[in-house]
Amino acid sequence: MSLKDKLATSYMVLENQIAKNDPLSDIRSKAIQQFENQGFPTKKEEAWKYTSLNSVLKPDYNVFAKKEKAIEYKDVKPYFIHDIETYKIVFIDGIYSSHLSETSHEGLDVCLMSAALSKPKYKEVIDTYFNKVAKEDDSLTALNTAFTKEGAYIYIPKSKVVEKPIEIIHFATGVEDALMLQPRNLVVVEENAQVQIIERHQSLTSHPVLTNVVTEMFVGKNAVLDYYKIQNDLESASLIDNTYISQEGNSNASVHTFSFGGKLTRNNLNYYHKGEYIDSTLKGITILNDKQHVDHYTLVDHAAPNCESHQDYKGIFSEKSVGVFNGKILVDRIAQKTNAFQQNNNILLDDTATINTKPQLEIFADDVKCSHGCTIGQLDPEALFYLKSRGIPEKEAKGLLTYAFANNVLESVRIPEVQKRINKLIANKLGINLGLDF
Amino acid sequence: MAYTEEELKKELETQEYAYGFYTDIEADTLPVGLNEDIVRAISKKKEEPEWMTEWRLEAFRAWEEMKEPDWANVHYEKPNFQNISYYSAPKKKPKYESLDEVDPELLDTFNKLGISIDEQKKLAGVAVDIVMDSVSVATTFKKTLAEKGIIFCSISEAIKEHPELVKKYLGTVVPQKDNFYAALNSAVFSDGSFCYIPKGVRCPMELSTYFRINQAGTGQFERTLVIADEGSYVSYLEGCTAPMRDENQLHAAVVELIALDDAEIKYSTVQNWFPGGKDGKGGVFNFVTKRGLCEKNAKISWTQVETGSAVTWKYPSCVLKGDNSIGEFYSIAVTNNYQQADTGTKMIHLGKNTRSTIISKGISAGKSQNSYRGLVQVSSRADNARNFSQCDSLLMGNDCGAHTFPYIEAKNKTAQIEHEATTSKIGEDQIFYCNQRGIDTEKAIALIVNGFSKEVLNKLPMEFAVEAQKLLEISLEGSVG
Repeated sequence: MSLKDKLATSYMVLENQIAKNDPLSDIRSKAIQQFENQGFPTKKEEAWKYTSLNSVLKPDYNVFAKKEKAIEYKDVKPYFIHDIETYKIVFIDGIYSSHLSETSHEGLDVCLMSAALSKPKYKEVIDTYFNKVAKEDDSLTALNTAFTKEGAYIYIPKSKVVEKPIEIIHFATGVEDALMLQPRNLVVVEENAQVQIIERHQSLTSHPVLTNVVTEMFVGKNAVLDYYKIQNDLESASLIDNTYISQEGNSNASVHTFSFGGKLTRNNLNYYHKGEYIDSTLKGITILNDKQHVDHYTLVDHAAPNCESHQDYKGIFSEKSVGVFNGKILVDRIAQKTNAFQQNNNILLDDTATINTKPQLEIFADDVKCSHGCTIGQLDPEALFYLKSRGIPEKEAKGLLTYAFANNVLESVRIPEVQKRINKLIANKLGINLGLDF
Repeated sequence: MAYTEEELKKELETQEYAYGFYTDIEADTLPVGLNEDIVRAISKKKEEPEWMTEWRLEAFRAWEEMKEPDWANVHYEKPNFQNISYYSAPKKKPKYESLDEVDPELLDTFNKLGISIDEQKKLAGVAVDIVMDSVSVATTFKKTLAEKGIIFCSISEAIKEHPELVKKYLGTVVPQKDNFYAALNSAVFSDGSFCYIPKGVRCPMELSTYFRINQAGTGQFERTLVIADEGSYVSYLEGCTAPMRDENQLHAAVVELIALDDAEIKYSTVQNWFPGGKDGKGGVFNFVTKRGLCEKNAKISWTQVETGSAVTWKYPSCVLKGDNSIGEFYSIAVTNNYQQADTGTKMIHLGKNTRSTIISKGISAGKSQNSYRGLVQVSSRADNARNFSQCDSLLMGNDCGAHTFPYIEAKNKTAQIEHEATTSKIGEDQIFYCNQRGIDTEKAIALIVNGFSKEVLNKLPMEFAVEAQKLLEISLEGSVG
């Protein structure tokens, strides 16, 4: 039985399980229909030209984890940002873990999607925002919508500046031979509010895991959203991340994606502008080796005048890894005075790695400044020689230069502890001691 | 004369097609539709040998299996391929000895276009192989070329006279099954140009061909094959203007360039087919496959000025097979009214130390859509490959669009690839800068637009640059004083 058929059957099971008064029943049935019509995307589609899901779809995934397995904090401590206080929403095999989590309802809501869906007091928010920015005709997003069950629900009311970051972590323990997870997150940041969020998916065993996550975020007027995705999973895990951000006037939203791990990772990152003077930032560092595959697919839809977007993705590839970058900037007719910048720089460390990049501009307004730059190159031999002549071994010298190459993406990370953590991950990934103070 | 941006916009929008006239010459046309019999009939009419007929049929069979591509960023009503006449040749087809024998009406056509054969003959260094309605009717300067051993003739003549060359190279760069339109062209091409430059010869003049679409309801299927043998050099010009017509006309040409070791080919195009009326009616569909193959140390340079056609779908490409070979692409694409252009290039780096340069300038006005689509591919064996791409778009008015789709695929660690693209209108700061230095706004705009396209215009041979500037309309050469 193919995964598609399995999902269709599982949906019927789910339909019987969920409550009669499920507020999503219409949305769900429409979504599953959409998925059944379209199926999983294939390389024939332009958006998936360089990424094939075939190998990822092969294992016989369990769609719902049947067994529960508890994990101790000490076993998973390294995966948390532990030097600072944070709110934590932790899931184990897709199920909420209350003892690892630290949620809150005081002045804001940091809790669960399942709670938000079942309790009447959240109904208004769910009705206003749920599935409103997610792309309905995207088959993977539709699949997630149909199976919406659990995930993070974050609501920041007007003018609330959240004092500590929120961590969303999904662990897969390997109780099932192969597991498919479909978390669904909703983040609403009201006017003048500010929040920082860190998201991570982590598998703890070598059993295959496929995560198809959808995150919808609504950023109100003058609000600030700062989002960090740390992707450093085991090589048995694959991730399809679908993130949709809707921004109101004068808001500021930034997403940093750090991709170092996983077998196959696909990041669909979409920004939609709903007002003027919006600032959007999309940045990423990708360091891959050993047949890994990461595909960044970004869209910034400039639909209003006087907005800005900044994109900067750095990639470093070796050992049969494949990097894909497809950035699309769309400037609507009315979006005059748009400033859109896009930058994609890549380094290939050997001849077995591949980089496919397609920075795309579609512009319908005349008074705009849009530019994109894309480079593929290698480390400067003269710089390397300079370092070596000062007694730094080749491996460290290369590491230092590579680190420097990626560094300006790190500079815009606003949580020092996250910056440190990423530094450490980069050093590990490059197999060097940077000699920097972590 | 100088334009302000407003005037320029207006001028662009109201500019009527200046070359819209229709020559009434009796033509020999096959019945509409396409099947194996038609392919055979075309081949027979051209008095082709058996192997050529088979080659065409092979292409036709492949074409039947293929689907019309729809990935390009253009929207149009797909032509009904069974509603087109695939062969039309001027009926009176004598071998002219002198100009007196040429149909006076035909000469008149050329006069209207400003390329009278008389004048062409006198013009130093330009040999013209005029293709009108698919059959070559006049070839000049053949003798001068023959002395050097250069073969420059129509492709049907080449099939008869130089079968060994045609057999060896035809379809090697653009195979019959390459794509939908290339397959169609391979099956039904009526004529085109053939050029062979022998070893070590530098072609003393710019070779040029003018393509025309003339007979109502006929598609134009040109086939061009240029072979530059080891160490030779040739500069080839291709230009076209077509009569105004109401229904859409289909043009699916194939151009193959082969540059052997140390050879250099420079291929320049000025394309100004009927772009459709102001309301978007009519116009030529231009679906062209152009590709060149570079052997060791060879160089192929494409330069194009695209101002016409309702729908353009064209990607002159270079396959850099030999070590140290060089590919270049310089393009200006101007779209206006309801025109749609999806054009760009492909640079395939296979050999070591290969280099490529892409400079593409897009200017959109009216309600037009202008897309750049390019591919830079570096294979794992292509050490030290180097590419530089730059695509700039200029938008005039708020109803047009500019799009960029660059594909970059690298598999070699020593590859150095740079891509830059910008989209803008004429910047106020640029104008301010000029004003500040005592240049008034009108002249400043002229200067900026001129500068915007100059990089590409400069690459055109002298003979063409004049026509290109005329066609560009917004190239304000000479108006800046």
